[in-house]
Amino acid sequence: MPFDWLRAGPPLAEWWDLRDLGNAVGGLLGWIDDRGGPSWLPYVVSGLIGIVGILLWSVFSQLFFVWAERRLVARIQVRLGPNRAGPLGLLQPVADALKVLTKEMITPRNADRLLFWASPILVMVPALVVFAVLPFGERMVLADLNVGVLFVIAIGSINTIVVFMAGWSSSNKFSLLGAMRTVAMLISYELVQVLALLAVVVFTNSMRMGAIVGWQDDFNTWIVFVQPLALLAYIFAGAVEINRTPTDIAEAESEIVAGYHTEYGGIRWGMFQLAEYVAGFAIAAIVVTMYLGGWTLWGLEEWVPGWLIFLGKLYGFFFVFIWMRGTLPRLRVDQLMGFAWKYLLPLLLVNVLLAGLEVLIWQENGFAAEAVLPAFAVANWALAVVLVVGWGQVLGHLRPEHRAKRPVLVKEVGAILYEPYPLRPGGSVPEA
Amino acid sequence: MTYEEGIFYVVAGMTVIGALGVVVARNVVHSALFLILALVAVAGLFLLLSAEFLAIVQVLIYGGAVTILILFAMMLTRVRDVPQALDGPQRPFAAMAAAAFLSVTILAVVGTDWEALGATEKINVIPIEALGDVLFRNWAVPFELASLVLIVALIGAIVLARGEEGE
Repeated sequence: MPFDWLRAGPPLAEWWDLRDLGNAVGGLLGWIDDRGGPSWLPYVVSGLIGIVGILLWSVFSQLFFVWAERRLVARIQVRLGPNRAGPLGLLQPVADALKVLTKEMITPRNADRLLFWASPILVMVPALVVFAVLPFGERMVLADLNVGVLFVIAIGSINTIVVFMAGWSSSNKFSLLGAMRTVAMLISYELVQVLALLAVVVFTNSMRMGAIVGWQDDFNTWIVFVQPLALLAYIFAGAVEINRTPTDIAEAESEIVAGYHTEYGGIRWGMFQLAEYVAGFAIAAIVVTMYLGGWTLWGLEEWVPGWLIFLGKLYGFFFVFIWMRGTLPRLRVDQLMGFAWKYLLPLLLVNVLLAGLEVLIWQENGFAAEAVLPAFAVANWALAVVLVVGWGQVLGHLRPEHRAKRPVLVKEVGAILYEPYPLRPGGSVPEA
Repeated sequence: MTYEEGIFYVVAGMTVIGALGVVVARNVVHSALFLILALVAVAGLFLLLSAEFLAIVQVLIYGGAVTILILFAMMLTRVRDVPQALDGPQRPFAAMAAAAFLSVTILAVVGTDWEALGATEKINVIPIEALGDVLFRNWAVPFELASLVLIVALIGAIVLARGEEGE
């Protein structure tokens, strides 16, 4: 029988019960079943509802957040920001959208025409598809795969190919440099992402997004309380994946013009911007689902629609990305790569080992969750602070014993390196 | 024809187009991108067989990591500066080998008694927990050996790369 996942759990409420929009969809599908419609119709209808819903929501959220981000970053940087179009500049995104739509689109003469034309369209796909496995509410999930976590990681790696296509097909040296930087960066941070999510999977014993939210609901806790280090690493990996400012070396204006979308203009450029935003929402949604309890809020979801709680958390978390963008300076290529391999990776390996040990202790001895989880939380937070500070100190005080050679890869992706370059992350550059 | 069959033919067609494109495309980068299409379409076939885990691992490892490495190698070796046809005097041998392989595959598919193997039974999605149990309990030693081989390959690559750079 199709849509077992929709019928699973507590019985459906009336269709007008807006606490969970899955009720309305379930009612509609039941109505189709009653009329004896063909067996494929419910699939198509529910798929369309989900896709159109996600599409509309993401585009409208993006319109609002373009304005919100520009105003907030302006406030952080003691500027005014857009304040001319409409009250408080609220119509600025509309004006921007109209301008982008009417601008000329130039295709370079040597560009690979098909790929150049296709990449701005394809770039939206991975950003949107991620939302298919993320539960907006108890029944508001388009496809609750039993390998949802892997799906999210796999889709993230598809994004790399599209960025590569865009950069390569432009036949511009800066575009190619941007594409290569993106590829190098994403390979490094994919590992960080996998290890950060693995720690959550070890705890919740499932890769199904719905089950992970259910675990957090059952034990009245959020994963972030027992896995702070994993969340920290995931925020970094997510910021790298969506190319936002502390880590946007793939489109660093001061180094390589605009990276992989240098040659794009008009609405093609607009598509890249839109995809960047939607991917940002996707990362925020993953963080909320995996670490911050998803659509649950300690019983409040009985009264307030779960999807409103989810969206509230999502926007709240997206604010952290805006904050990072307004506050932190851009990292250098070698710093960013070194941070993944030398700093985050060892910490995460320790973290995964520890998570496995804790779950083993918990399950083998059959302790009560109320006793064990707070203990784990205290231990993990203490350890996270010790590890973050301690490992930072160790790396920071490491004296370069020999003059580091320029790694070929870093040279190829266009880093500006100082000889000898400091191993100290964020440390001062010695006089050359 | 059920709609599952319709989806199967679309996905299988994409696989064939991708595979043909790998061989036929003149530009090496286009070949690599066609390879991605073929590999991702194979993941679609796995999905139709209810093998969700296999499908997603296919996208992750082959669609993501392996082809990205191929593309990366192309960019680092500046393959665009030397356009060359992927063709040569070995063409008839290649055609013969391909034809032989294809006929063996078709013979195997046609010659197997699928009914006896339970092909008409309903396929259930294998829970990932069961997969993990089998992999890490029954086959733990081969699994660890595979990772050992990978580490040796990794260290070997680093040693080779360093030797090249040392002036």
